[in-house]
Amino acid sequence: MKRSSSLVMYTVLILSAMSVSVRGLAYGSVASDVLAGYQQSGAQPPDPERARVMWTEKYPDDNGKNTRSCASCHTENLRAAGKHVRTNKAIEPLAPSINRERLTDANKIEKWFKRNCKWTFGRECSAQEKSDFLSYILTQ
Amino acid sequence: MKRAYWFSMIAAVPLLTLGSLSFGDDDDDGVLKFWKKQPGIAPVINPLYKEECGSCHFAYQPGWLPEQSWRDMMSNLDSHFGDNAEVNPANHQAILDYLVNNSADKSDHRRSKKIMQSLGSLTAPQRITETGYFKHEHDEIPDSLVEKNDKVASLSHCNACHQDAEQGSFSEGNIKIPGHGKWDD
Ligand code: HEC
Ligand code: HEC
Repeated sequence: MKRSSSLVMYTVLILSAMSVSVRGLAYGSVASDVLAGYQQSGAQPPDPERARVMWTEKYPDDNGKNTRSCASCHTENLRAAGKHVRTNKAIEPLAPSINRERLTDANKIEKWFKRNCKWTFGRECSAQEKSDFLSYILTQ
Repeated sequence: MKRAYWFSMIAAVPLLTLGSLSFGDDDDDGVLKFWKKQPGIAPVINPLYKEECGSCHFAYQPGWLPEQSWRDMMSNLDSHFGDNAEVNPANHQAILDYLVNNSADKSDHRRSKKIMQSLGSLTAPQRITETGYFKHEHDEIPDSLVEKNDKVASLSHCNACHQDAEQGSFSEGNIKIPGHGKWDD
C-alpha cells in the first residue's frame, strides 16, 4: 500500500516536471517567433529599456487629463497581479517568470497589444513598440 | 433491510424527476431547495464566449438582453464602454450567433422573460443595469455598499455580490455584499 502510493507520487512529480519544461520551451518559441515577425516588418532589435520607461508614461483619458498608462491596470510591478481600472476584475501577473501562461499564444499577444495600445495611447502600437514591450515583459 | 434500502432508492428516482419538473426554470426558494433546480437564467456554456467576453468582466449571460441589444453591441466593439473589445472576424460571427440564439427574447428561462416584460420603450438597451427589471431588483441597495464600496464599485459587477452568478443563479439566498455580509431585506 505504502509503496504503491509513493510510486504514484513519483509519477506525478516526474510528469509535472516534464510538463513545466515542455511549456517553458513552448513560451520561448512563441515569443521569439513574434519578435522575429516584428523585425521582418521593419523593427530594429528590441529595446526593453525604452518599454520600461513607456510603461509608466501617462496619456490622456476621456477628460483629457494625463492619467492613463500601462500601469493603470497592470501596476508598475509586472510580477504582481493587477486589476481592470473600470471593471475591477483581477488581472493575473504578466511576468512569465511568475505566470507561465503568459506569452504562449501569438494571437493573444496581438489581440491585447491592439486593445491596450488603443486604450492607453489612443492608437495602435508600431512594430518597434510592440517589440520593445514584448522584450521588456519577457525579462520580468 | 438491504432490500428496503434499494427499494427506496428506486422509488426516489421518479420523485426526483417530478421535483425538478414542477420547479423547473427557477432558482428561487422552491420548497425543494435540496434538489438543485434549473437556474433562472441559462448559464454560459460556450468556451469562446467565456474567453472573449469574460476577460475584462463577468461573462454576462446572453439571456439578460434582447437580440437587438447584442447586435448593436457587437457592431460597436471598437468603442465598448470606453474600451476596445474587438475580436477577430471568425470569432465575431460565432459570438454574435451565440448571443442571438440565446438572447432574452429567445429564452424561456424565468428571468429572461422578466427582462423582456420590463423593457417598455427600451428596445435595445446596452446595459443590463439599465433595464426595468434590474433596476427594480436593486433599488433598495444603498450607494455606500456599491459605488462607495471598493470591492464592488458598480452594480455591473454581478459576481461581486451574487456568489453563484456564473451558474446562472441569482436567488436571494446566495447574495453576499463584500464588507456587508449576507443580504436580508
Ligand atoms: C477590453 C475589455 C472588455 C472586453 C474584452 C469586453 N468588455 Fe464588456 N465591458 C467592458 C467595460 C469597461 C464595461 C463597462 C463596465 C462598467 O461600467 O463597470 C463593459 C460593459 C459591458 C456590458 C454592460 C454591463 C452592464 O452594466 O449592464 C455588457 C452587457 C458587456 N460589457 C458585454 C460584453 C460582451 C458581449 C463582450 C464580448 C464581445 C465584452 N463585453 C467584452 C470591457 C470589456
Ligand atoms: C452590490 C451587490 C450586487 C451587485 C453588484 C448585483 N446585485 Fe443583483 N442583487 C443584489 C441584492 C442585494 C439583491 C436582492 C435585493 C432585494 O431583494 O432587496 C439582488 C437581486 C437580484 C435579482 C433578483 C433576485 C431574486 O430574488 O429574484 C437578480 C435577477 C439580480 N440581482 C441580478 C443581478 C445581475 C445580472 C447583476 C449584474 C449585472 C447584479 N445582480 C449585480 C445585489 C447585487
